[in-house]
Amino acid sequence: MTQTQSIQLTVNGEPVNASVPVRMNLVDFLRQELGLTGSHVGCEHGVCGACTIEVDGAPIRGCLMLAVQANGATVTTVEGLADTDRADALKAAFRDRNALQCGFCTPGMLTSALSYVESGGPADRTAIREHISGNYCRCTGYQAIVDAICDVIGKEAKS
Amino acid sequence: MTGPATIFDRPNTYIGQPTPRQDTDRLLQGRGKYVDDVQLPRMVHAAFHRSPHAHAKIVSIDVSAAKAMPGVIAIYTGKDLAETVTPYVGVLTHLAGLRSAPQHPIAVDVARWQGEPVVMVVATSRALAEDAVEVIEVEYDPLPAACDAETALDASAPVIHKDFGSNLAWERLVDVGDVEAALKAEGVTVVEREFRFGRHTGVTLEPRSAVCDYDPSENQLTMYYSGQAPHMMQVILSKHLGVPEENVRVISNDVGGSFGIKIHTYGDEVAAAAVAKLLKRPVKFTADRHESFLTDIHARDHVVTGKMGVDANGKIVAIDFDDLTGIGPFSMYPRTSAIECNQVLNLTGAPYDLENYRARGRVVFQNKNMMCQYRAVGHPIAMAICDGLIEDAARAINIDPVEMRRRNLMRDDSYPRASASGMKLDDLSHQKALDRLVEIMDYEALRADQEEARKKGIHRGIGFVSMVEVTNPSPMFYGIGGAPIASQDGATARLDAGGALHISSSVTEQGQGTNAILAQIAAGVFGVPIERVKVTTGDTATVPYGGGTWASRGAGIGGEAMLQAAHALKEQVLDVAAVMLQAEADTLDIRNGAVVDAKNGTERMPLADLARTVYYRGNELPSDLNPELIATRHYRVTDFPFVFTNGAMAAHVEVDTDTGFTKVLGFWAVEDCGRVINPMLVDEQVRGGVVQGIGGALYEECIYSEDGQMLNTTMADYMVPMAAEMPDIVVSHIETPSKTSVLGAKGAGEAGTGGAPAALLNAVNDALAPLDTSIWQMPMTPERILKVLGKV
Amino acid sequence: MKAPDFRYERPESLSAALALLADEANGAQPLAGGQSLMPMLNFRVAAPEMLVDLSGVAELRGISDSGDSIRIGAMTRYRDLAEWSDLEAKLPLVALALPHIAHHAIRNRGTIGGSISLADPAAEMPALMMALDAEITLTSADGERTVPASEFFLGFYETAREENELVTSVRVPAATSGQRSAFYELAPRHGDYAMAGVAMVADAASPITNLRAAFFGIAGQPIRLSVLEAALNGKAPDDEAAITVATAAFDEVDFIDDLKASAATRRHLAGVVLKRALAEL
Repeated sequence: MTQTQSIQLTVNGEPVNASVPVRMNLVDFLRQELGLTGSHVGCEHGVCGACTIEVDGAPIRGCLMLAVQANGATVTTVEGLADTDRADALKAAFRDRNALQCGFCTPGMLTSALSYVESGGPADRTAIREHISGNYCRCTGYQAIVDAICDVIGKEAKS
Repeated sequence: MTGPATIFDRPNTYIGQPTPRQDTDRLLQGRGKYVDDVQLPRMVHAAFHRSPHAHAKIVSIDVSAAKAMPGVIAIYTGKDLAETVTPYVGVLTHLAGLRSAPQHPIAVDVARWQGEPVVMVVATSRALAEDAVEVIEVEYDPLPAACDAETALDASAPVIHKDFGSNLAWERLVDVGDVEAALKAEGVTVVEREFRFGRHTGVTLEPRSAVCDYDPSENQLTMYYSGQAPHMMQVILSKHLGVPEENVRVISNDVGGSFGIKIHTYGDEVAAAAVAKLLKRPVKFTADRHESFLTDIHARDHVVTGKMGVDANGKIVAIDFDDLTGIGPFSMYPRTSAIECNQVLNLTGAPYDLENYRARGRVVFQNKNMMCQYRAVGHPIAMAICDGLIEDAARAINIDPVEMRRRNLMRDDSYPRASASGMKLDDLSHQKALDRLVEIMDYEALRADQEEARKKGIHRGIGFVSMVEVTNPSPMFYGIGGAPIASQDGATARLDAGGALHISSSVTEQGQGTNAILAQIAAGVFGVPIERVKVTTGDTATVPYGGGTWASRGAGIGGEAMLQAAHALKEQVLDVAAVMLQAEADTLDIRNGAVVDAKNGTERMPLADLARTVYYRGNELPSDLNPELIATRHYRVTDFPFVFTNGAMAAHVEVDTDTGFTKVLGFWAVEDCGRVINPMLVDEQVRGGVVQGIGGALYEECIYSEDGQMLNTTMADYMVPMAAEMPDIVVSHIETPSKTSVLGAKGAGEAGTGGAPAALLNAVNDALAPLDTSIWQMPMTPERILKVLGKV
Repeated sequence: MKAPDFRYERPESLSAALALLADEANGAQPLAGGQSLMPMLNFRVAAPEMLVDLSGVAELRGISDSGDSIRIGAMTRYRDLAEWSDLEAKLPLVALALPHIAHHAIRNRGTIGGSISLADPAAEMPALMMALDAEITLTSADGERTVPASEFFLGFYETAREENELVTSVRVPAATSGQRSAFYELAPRHGDYAMAGVAMVADAASPITNLRAAFFGIAGQPIRLSVLEAALNGKAPDDEAAITVATAAFDEVDFIDDLKASAATRRHLAGVVLKRALAEL
């Protein structure tokens, strides 16, 4: 029979108490138990980056961490980013550059991009491409995403 | 086709504007609704035991232990479902001679490829279903397998469908002019190469997924479907599950990438629908990535021997080739697996003025996963054969590859005309496209850089392709052959009581921006701000009937239907306004959400006032006025089988001759897709397409063992292009509107994928030229390059 | 692709963790950063009865500098190393290699001890340990032992670690004054496992002095070749003849032959990465 454990964590600013199957990974927990379907499941082996979410402020693969391991953690998903203004500039740049098509990679891509921008990364296309090289996008060819990140960094540099 | 003259010069047109998509905020806030996001009450989850063998008799299946596992609701074998689902056969009558055998959603008696579903488990969670799959015991008796397409026709090869007597599925010969004589003529240089194209797959980031629900009280089957052609799936489910068509509803909300992968009949998806009917409750099947690699259709995988003859002036005198492709054990239903080979025969050499053309295609059954239509069907092969041979010949007779093309491309003023293979062509601009390409890439500077670099032992190369893309298919593509695939699309425009425009269309959205361009067209043609347009697509219960989005038809066909519907609604509204304002309808216009005087733009009445009068206070209108604030129009291409686009592309690469690694330094694409509705979205289609083409040229390949086991079913092993290695891509447009519609738009979604591999191949071979070697196999992996360099 | 069921324990002390691992009845497997084990669980190629999550064991995480050597706790994440302000001064080779290890989201979870324990032949960290002559500390309920890196990596995913032991820390000699480092790998895409790579340090670059070159991605385990190092010591890093002599040492290597590259290709690429790393020494 499936083993379960109780966990307490903070998800998008709200406290969550849940009993979870210990084998359930974090992104499945967010999607299936909390209904936070903004984080996507693309490969379940840590390569595609669609499930990239923030745990304790750092982007991680939601499929490579068990939900029980998030006990006590602070988790931010794309829904949480939407509730604050942290990613507003990036989201606007993604829209203006059409840096998303089908949108399936977008929550993970946005999380990766945000960590680059917030860590003060330069508007250097090579560095940006390396930073997002763990996030697969089949639609855009990546250029528009790089453009969008550069736009945000450029604007911040000016202001 | 001519049409309302005022459509493109209206003050509030959005056609031609780089308007951002209205629906990106939803996706950026995690509010997309993909199939796996759907959770329904009492929903259960499917997982499959799949054949571990390429070919095996199923001797026995023991599910007793699995049935006792926690959470298991039901277990089905192929025989179980054969009672609920009638078999299907992937043939089309216009592909003369194509044959295939009846297929079941789950294998019955014999499994014919590794990954074929053999037993289906339905449980209360996917994890529990997988637990049960692990304890299913299937006894197989492995059969001799025909895995290698190149030997599948040998007399000694095991025949997969005994009744057919051989593994040949389809064969076609095109023979135009006198190829033999042309190649033997004096002064003709002949180049000959064997091309090998690897097996690819689409790797949509969202895996295939279906949630099926069945309500016995109304005999209603509903499928939430990650797919491109909801109406096609409606017919298929109806036909094979015995539910009336009108009782099957297929809903495609957000689709996380498709590229032609999600447009076929997959056994696991049909099984999910059948089991929903049997269990009378929702069933979810979402392929995991391992299943995606094993069972999403594969494509390409052609071996081609090709010859080209050129005279001393560089004029192509003949093309002659033989194409062999393996398609798996069945032809995929309902589009068939012969289309890619057919397109290779149709499209090779199509940009060039050519009199002698011979092409033989053979499509063979084999014990591997099935192949079918994936983005740019046949194009990368056709373009690589012709343009690969052109540059090979150019080297042989020492002519610059651009000059070589200039001497052979069809003249821009020579249309309408036909290609050597008989394709009807019109409104193309190969010469202009090549001129523009040479200009934007600064060809001369790149050649100068190449020469300097060579002195330092750095091997850079420049490669080109001139290409055509098949778009806007007419009924001649599928419908004529008996497939339940609509070639026409419908669009509805409706004015609501608040003055907003609601539009719906049978074309679907998978991220290209279909909904956005429909809104642009409707807003501009009708006359409201785009913010006041609400778009509905992807639901057979609510949208007009049509084919969906594939073969780059969304903009050209769906867009034209939208244009016509919006224009019709505008005329209907102006008829009402004319009565209310006591004016002549032709003196009025609709602009920016209001009825205005056509001459000077003076506002006469907001649309909301008009609509409220019609809907609420009909008593104020004359009794003989019957206002219709809704209009539907349909559109199909009539005079051509396809509407072709053209393009010219160039790749700039650096080949590290010590490591065999190829770095793409730059890429340029000039595209003529007719009228551009949204330049930003078209550019992004081209860029995304090019990167998929680069993937095929450099990285992607489904690798099989000799005994038919796919060896790289992870994303670490099947390599897709990632950001760090991709170049920035410069895109430029030439607009030669198609005369087949008022809108004049052609498709643009596949050009990049169709053209980039040839440009890459040529660029790598240009880089290798001073080393007296060349490569003709894709993907051009480091190892393959090292091999042709003689370093390994 | 869902993990099979298992029991989950998250001990908060090393001794508790070791006790769980010591009890054979538990069928326990340690979980470090999970960046390799989790995919194996999801693919169901690993099916432990119990996972012992080490992330709660505070004593396993952290970097301590004792001057001439650096102790890195096994549960130290790549991210912790990257953020350690003395990394470039004390462990310049590690600083060179870090950006090549997978991707940032993986480095945020992946641990040094996890990588060393797994011993993926194409992973960077085991090779770094070899090049740097690190010592690996293994602890079990019975006690502690230290194994030099050169004796730790035994073959494909095979190490000197016993099932009841944990890699608890590594001790890496700090860079000496004037020490040179170079790192070069050939991966198909940024962050991929290498088809061939080499991590090297030397006391001086010209002439090469006391070279330690650890190759990865070419054989079942990271390897140093004494014949190769000897052939290069005392020579200039661009001495083609010396490099040719040195690469004869590849005769004794059993090169990996897989989907990404044949053994012959790997042998060729090993020579290329050697030459290129030497050029950067």
